[in-house]
Amino acid sequence: MADRKTQTGKDNGAYWAANIRIIMISMVIWALVSLGFGIVLRPLLSGIPVGGTDLGFWFAQQGSIIVFMILIFYYAWYMNKLDRQYGVDEE
Amino acid sequence: MDQYTLNLLVVGASFALYVGIAIWARAGSTSEFYAANRGVNPIVNGMATAADWMSAASFISMAGLIAFVGYGNSSFLMGWTGGYVLLAMLLAPYLRKFGKFTVPEFIGDRFYSQTARLVAVIALIVISVTYVIGQMTGAGVAFSRFLEVESSTGLYIASAVVFVYAVLGGMKGITYTQVAQYIVLIIAYTIPAVFISLQLTGNPIPGLGLFGTHTESGIPLLVKLNQVLVELGFNDYTGQHGSTFNMFLFTLSLMIGTAGLPHVIIRFFTVPKVSDARWSAGWALVFIALLYLSAPAVGAMARLNIIDTLWPNGTAGEALAIDEKPDWMLNWEKTGLLGFEDKNGDGKIQYYNDKNAAMQEKATAAGWAGNEVTRFNNDILVLANPEIAQLPGWVIALIAAGGLAAALSTAAGLLLAISSAISHDLIKSQINPNISEKDELLAARISMAFAIALATYLGLNPPGFAAQVVALAFGLAASSIFPALMMGIFSKRINSAGAIAGMTVGLLSTVLYIFTYLGWFFIPGTNMLPNTVDNWLFGISPLAFGTVGALLNFVAAYVVSGMTKETPQEIKDLVDSVRIPRGAAGAIDH
Repeated sequence: MADRKTQTGKDNGAYWAANIRIIMISMVIWALVSLGFGIVLRPLLSGIPVGGTDLGFWFAQQGSIIVFMILIFYYAWYMNKLDRQYGVDEE
Repeated sequence: MDQYTLNLLVVGASFALYVGIAIWARAGSTSEFYAANRGVNPIVNGMATAADWMSAASFISMAGLIAFVGYGNSSFLMGWTGGYVLLAMLLAPYLRKFGKFTVPEFIGDRFYSQTARLVAVIALIVISVTYVIGQMTGAGVAFSRFLEVESSTGLYIASAVVFVYAVLGGMKGITYTQVAQYIVLIIAYTIPAVFISLQLTGNPIPGLGLFGTHTESGIPLLVKLNQVLVELGFNDYTGQHGSTFNMFLFTLSLMIGTAGLPHVIIRFFTVPKVSDARWSAGWALVFIALLYLSAPAVGAMARLNIIDTLWPNGTAGEALAIDEKPDWMLNWEKTGLLGFEDKNGDGKIQYYNDKNAAMQEKATAAGWAGNEVTRFNNDILVLANPEIAQLPGWVIALIAAGGLAAALSTAAGLLLAISSAISHDLIKSQINPNISEKDELLAARISMAFAIALATYLGLNPPGFAAQVVALAFGLAASSIFPALMMGIFSKRINSAGAIAGMTVGLLSTVLYIFTYLGWFFIPGTNMLPNTVDNWLFGISPLAFGTVGALLNFVAAYVVSGMTKETPQEIKDLVDSVRIPRGAAGAIDH
């Protein structure tokens, strides 16, 4: 528990701000592919055919799940890098 | 060997495996019982999380839900997977760093309030108990159909097996049985899906077959499906037929609700490190996606197969004659989940949408007197799939074992969440703080046994509202637990009064909205407004209200926190420490 106190508030603030930024970007993509392309924006994508239907249907039943997986793995990789960069990783 | 013996052998072997694992993975301490001593590899935990999460609803019901509605029910696919992105980024790593055993424990410590902890315990128990009823009844159905025992006998056997590995092994035993159960259920789901995809599209990967070409007609599978459905007066499969706004809110409610389910969250307490919690959420989604990418293909293909079976000469030709019904229809008619009625007495089964006026005109001209498939339960689709596709007997036996694995693994996870809330959040924290570790472990085991007895009782006497309560579970998780956890991590401003106000407002508004349309405590006839689109507030269905409840929770928490005393400094320090991974190992022994 001792190392918690050795952290300076300022560095951790920068680390947290970087974390918030990557979360915000991820959340925008997360919402765009599912709630966006899959539902609300589907009419806009209706001109793009995919396997007997349109791109919006593909995002709703398959594409969004694939993007979700990529998002989580990218986030895990990015954060582990960030942890080391700011010296807050678990030794 | 006949089908019955085969079913018995495969299910018996899977049960023997679970019990064997339980004996190997006994829990000796509370840390092992609550969190598997935080020694679970992130990939293994991902697999266990996938089994924990994928319930009887995912395994048995979801493909049927999609098959009979089409695009409109994509909400389940996006909602039940999208929640993992929220978990991975907004909750799991920080809660792992916090390093305690239960969800109410975090809420109680972060909001420095026993009241907040108690509200969280109540929400957790309501969510988990309602959810577990569905698992027990699902196990009962699988037993009665495949092992030809009374569903009550089946339920006793299932409870006895769960009792052995959950009471003995706690989280440790549950984790490793869940891994075995995941393997059983994913094999059982995938094999029939691959066969059916090969038969219809020539593509062995169901997810690709869905967007592939229908071999028999040479046109894309989904175009073919739309064609035959429209010819029979049904809605086309890929079109949108409901309100966009409601689909948006419903999907979002399922996402937030998924991230707020306590039995899923506590799985992330079992990994050694914060970084493992992040990876583990990714692996969980990969293992879930293996089933969720097949499910929409199974739905669409089974729907087409069923229509082909009922209209062997095409929708313009003669319908299936009653005395030529295949065996699977006869088998499922016995269960009452499938029903036919020869309304016009011509000895054939006309299956079409008799609620469509234009179709009804055509039907009257052809001498049909209404749709003659009078009952077709969603759940048959997956369970009967191997029979419909005429697959060998061992595949049918696997489906039985897979359905049971899905129901039992989720039930065990829920039971652990309930028993740890009782022994750790109620007995240790509120009633007897000086309880020794040995006694707490005993209390946890007794709570577990009690929870299993309650679940068995509710499975034997399912309240009439079993189907609707799932909406309640997701609504409550979305409107109470998720916002409280998220604000606890991401905002230092939210104080105890704000959190309690937020959870209370979220909980009450969601419960009231659901009860207004579905009846008080789901008692039929006590609803104050009819459950129809015209009566819904802004067209929001009771199932989609979780998003609104969550929003009200956030607003109430911010307003009340702004008007009351600031969060104390030591709590701000606690939030700071939760936000950084360093020191997670030290948090093990608390």
